[in-house]
Amino acid sequence: MSTALPIVDHPQAAKEFVTNVPRSHWHDDSLWFVRTKRDRQAQSLPEWEYLRESASAIKRHTIANLPDYLQEFEANATRMGAVVHWAADADEHNEIVLELLQKNHTQRIIKSKSMLTEECGLNEFLIENGIDVVDTDLGERIVQLRGETPSHIVLPAIHIKKEEVGETFHRHLGTRKGEADPQVLTEAARGHLRGKFLEGEVGITGVNFGIAETGGIVVCTNEGNADLGVSLPRIHIACMGIEKLIPRFENLGVFTRLLARSATGQPITSYTSHFHGPRDENSELHIVLVDNGRSRIRDSDTFRDALNCIRCGACMNTCPVYRRSGGHSYQATVPGPIGSVLGPTKDMKAHKSLPYACSLCGSCTDVCPVKIPLHHQLLAWRGVLVGKRLLAWNKRIGMKAASWLFRHPRLFFAAGYMARTALRYLPHSLTHNRLNEWAIDRELPEPPKQSFRAWYAKNRSEKQPEESR
Amino acid sequence: MIAEAFDRQPQRSKQLILDRLRGRAVKSKGLPEIDRSRLVRFDDPLAQFRETLGFVGGESHLVDSPEQVREILMGIEVFANAERIASTYPEAIEPTVQLDRTGDPHLLSSLDWTVVRGEFAIAENGAIWIDGGTLPHRVMIFIAQYLAIVVSRSQIVDHMHDAYARIGTPEPGFGVFVSGPSKTADIEQSLVLGAHGCRKLQVFLTP
Repeated sequence: MSTALPIVDHPQAAKEFVTNVPRSHWHDDSLWFVRTKRDRQAQSLPEWEYLRESASAIKRHTIANLPDYLQEFEANATRMGAVVHWAADADEHNEIVLELLQKNHTQRIIKSKSMLTEECGLNEFLIENGIDVVDTDLGERIVQLRGETPSHIVLPAIHIKKEEVGETFHRHLGTRKGEADPQVLTEAARGHLRGKFLEGEVGITGVNFGIAETGGIVVCTNEGNADLGVSLPRIHIACMGIEKLIPRFENLGVFTRLLARSATGQPITSYTSHFHGPRDENSELHIVLVDNGRSRIRDSDTFRDALNCIRCGACMNTCPVYRRSGGHSYQATVPGPIGSVLGPTKDMKAHKSLPYACSLCGSCTDVCPVKIPLHHQLLAWRGVLVGKRLLAWNKRIGMKAASWLFRHPRLFFAAGYMARTALRYLPHSLTHNRLNEWAIDRELPEPPKQSFRAWYAKNRSEKQPEESR
Repeated sequence: MIAEAFDRQPQRSKQLILDRLRGRAVKSKGLPEIDRSRLVRFDDPLAQFRETLGFVGGESHLVDSPEQVREILMGIEVFANAERIASTYPEAIEPTVQLDRTGDPHLLSSLDWTVVRGEFAIAENGAIWIDGGTLPHRVMIFIAQYLAIVVSRSQIVDHMHDAYARIGTPEPGFGVFVSGPSKTADIEQSLVLGAHGCRKLQVFLTP
């Protein structure tokens, strides 16, 4: 089957992962473990649903009034002594960062986790320009050393087994061959990265929340890597998507309660750091505000709420497709349900299979702390894709045929009769042939003895209300 | 590429982004206010704080005097053997590293212990607010192998809403909520304490 067929992309990319059944189950269990931790934290707060509603309302209000809040943020951040830069797209973001590094003659960058810089391809860009970039989040460092990309936005190395981490560390950090104890491996990374922290000339971080009212930014980590990374060098560059804004300082109360509980089932991250301006008069804080397609998402009434996202990853942890197919199968910076909504906004054609990597079970929508109607948006995307004729031919023809059949009651009746009869007599080899992909892992249903129409006529017809036909 | 970077017109992109956003007016409701009556209240915030701190990997001690802080710390082997100690709580722990005479934060890389004061604590999540203004070097709380925070047990708020109300309007500078020691579960979801920051966190709750 050709990869040009849209419906094939995600299943194709997931094939290797899902055919390794024990590994797929291991991955599924790891994420379900995180999901249950999230549930425990959510259930421990009687006001959980109230917090979600508030967070959603705050974000909606912010996104609606985004230009005003961005200007307020810029004015206040500048007042605090930070320098605010504006980047219309990924290229400009990367150039702004490179320019800052070159102006300061700096070569060694220590970076904490930022999905925005992943989205912009900052690491590759800086490395091409001769800059040494070290990811300091343990999971990100693992995938960086392996030459991979994160497979999850909060747990970048969730797809890697400890034995494989041991192999990577043996090769790059000189740990004992065969070492697979997470404690020992983490200790090795700690030692290795300490050296990098001390050598770093510029610290780059993402931003969890930017506060319009105060011009401050908040960065949340468990490892403390963002804090170490920006407390040693003189220059801190914080890269922030324009949707990361919240209006008031007090709004942080809502979001800091939701973020870590939703993400990893912790009551709050180990470190929640608030930066208002640079460290001292000799230091610099640069905040790069990035659009890169966000204003376009805001234009859409259907997909606007996707900008509420605080990147907690709860929708991935709960998604039955993500859990079994792994983050790399999405071939997008952000995987999982939210990634399947965001991906097509960037390039509808390239990511057209993602809205179909979904069973529409709605679990993502149920756990989302900012109440993004994720499964509704994924369904809406399918409508858009069909309208743009980006649907696979086999789906398109199937849908057309079904639609025609439903419009012709007599034919529908006849087709039902034939299907019930045929299912009874057709050999298994014919119903489960290679063309019927649906039946690869499934059995067809037992055919009912009679149609619903026949059953109704027999059992209920005398009670039929007069006005009905 | 480099020439291009220097040719950028920064104000142009700002205007471009704002124009894109203003080109699409979006109606919205006002910013919601949080109804305090709907938020959790703890009967015993101190007990809740200690329990949650334990859950996030920290250890708490009820103490009545600075001497008691010292006694407890001396009973911890890694403290008794510590050589380089930074402290902003000299009543209990005399620093062995003179922070005001340390210009470059990199010189603190070999800190064994840091002892600092926290402003207040939060019952719901075991966090403590540390005001960066009280730290001669903010890196001291992240780079030390072990961290101890001294905070008054009369200063415990229920949740983050109260915490932010208590901070009020932030001044230029830095502040951090610390909840337990540095940790990671990036290798197969196995929790390991002491990722990059402190390996353990001791919290002393004074009157």
